[in-house]
Amino acid sequence: MESVEVAVIGAGPAGLSASIEVAKAGAEVVLIDENNKPGGQLFKQIHKFFGSRAHMAGIRGIDIATQLLEECEKFGVKTLLDTVAFGLFEKNKIGLVNNDKSFFLQAKKIVLATGASENVLNFPGWTLPGVMGAGALQTIMNVNRVLPGKRILMIGSGNVGLIVSYQALQAGAEVIAIVEAAPQIGGYGVHAAKIRRAGVPILVSHTVQQVFGSDCVERAVIIRLDEKWKPILGSEKKLKVDVVCLNVGLTPLTELAWMVGCKFVYIPALGGHIPIHNWNMESSKKDLYIAGDLTGVEEASTALEEGRLAGLAIAESLGYLKGEKIFKRKAEVRKRLAALRSGPFGETKRKLKESFMQGDEWKENE
Amino acid sequence: MNKGLKFTGVLSEEELKKCPGYPSEERFKKGPVAVIECIQEIPCNPCEVACPFGAIKVGDPIINLPVLDEEKCKGCGLCISSCPGLAIFTVDMLYSKTKAVVSFPFEYLPLPKVGNEIEAVNREGKIVTTGRVLKIKNPSKNDRTPVISIAIPKEWAREVRSITIPQEEKEERIIERS
Repeated sequence: MESVEVAVIGAGPAGLSASIEVAKAGAEVVLIDENNKPGGQLFKQIHKFFGSRAHMAGIRGIDIATQLLEECEKFGVKTLLDTVAFGLFEKNKIGLVNNDKSFFLQAKKIVLATGASENVLNFPGWTLPGVMGAGALQTIMNVNRVLPGKRILMIGSGNVGLIVSYQALQAGAEVIAIVEAAPQIGGYGVHAAKIRRAGVPILVSHTVQQVFGSDCVERAVIIRLDEKWKPILGSEKKLKVDVVCLNVGLTPLTELAWMVGCKFVYIPALGGHIPIHNWNMESSKKDLYIAGDLTGVEEASTALEEGRLAGLAIAESLGYLKGEKIFKRKAEVRKRLAALRSGPFGETKRKLKESFMQGDEWKENE
Repeated sequence: MNKGLKFTGVLSEEELKKCPGYPSEERFKKGPVAVIECIQEIPCNPCEVACPFGAIKVGDPIINLPVLDEEKCKGCGLCISSCPGLAIFTVDMLYSKTKAVVSFPFEYLPLPKVGNEIEAVNREGKIVTTGRVLKIKNPSKNDRTPVISIAIPKEWAREVRSITIPQEEKEERIIERS
């Protein structure tokens, strides 16, 4: 069985930044991803990111990905692509499959950065071709460069729904409407504002009732909801659409963490079951670190910083970084995380995460 | 129905009045000025660095709303493409006797051409007037966020924030009772 110092599972923003930090410190890293290209969802993020100018704000996700891949190359991160991690076992053994062959890899330290997957919503007609996740539409448009339809109905007004609607407009589709079951828009106002300027209606307290078509989506019926989220009969509207896009939240991909016996908490607002972790991004299992959406669904920018933190903590525990230097570096990253989690949107998630975070030593030392 | 950004995606008049990046009446009268339509505290500050005159202040923490220093702002528009939220515009009320110039970010293709007659839209995407394209700036520094300047009748300068997006033959939007 082959062995490495550090194995990182998932090559999205969290996995990439963790790998970079570990490799930069001098450790040997293998970065594993089931896709044929690293980058996770970053390569479909063609919009400019929010955040601090000092740390990649105002840069498009796709360019951040390119930058991160260059750093991986520079610091000698090894990548295993088209490789699925099917299991995590005692003694830090990872079960992998590549090209129909399975094998094991043993690592001193492991980072799980498996991300999250899109939730679905069930309604009559939801299995018709043309009903898809917002993330799926984004991949089809921006990575595969295919527009799967011309008239889109977006369900959900979170940032993903708003951004993907905008990108569908850029790709030349029409967005017929965005419906939101809650009485207010979920995502950032600025994203909503640019969609409105493009003439797209955003209907709050509305949901999709059913979708129909003979062999693909042809029409959708939306309906207004009262203050108790009950459909108001008679308020139905029929829309001619060919794509119905679902933006109804994400669920962390926790299978490997469950398998190896991590302790979990259940926090719906962070996406459901979350492996408990501390401010070094260590899970309850020895040698196992976690970062990114797996630790509670947030933004790509927070995933990047969490990955960095995990990478630094691992470099420290392996003895590559010591003393004042590592303390300072971790404090910087934690400060940036705190900044990203401030304000009305970030605050809630910060509080939820702090509710189970242990080993809060950075706060005591501030 | 509830008004305002959170409910409609459109800033209400009240919200604009309270917004620290929105210029005063007097400042509008003095010529080109940045209009920063940012009212939610999100962690973001690229606009602050983009201004060569130090007229935009976010400070620490970066969730502070950007504050416009009306005296320092020259209305140059360098901040427009820096905003990831596409929420910054410039307005020049002194362009001519009857016309004002509105500049805005526009990330749709194909771009119009200088001199084109265009349909100008308000914050709800409604066509409110027509105008003419004066300038299109898209240097590499804008990172693929072109900035378009249009001349429109003065009375619409507070409302016009974009133009209709180019579209192939589009079918009528069909919304019917089932």
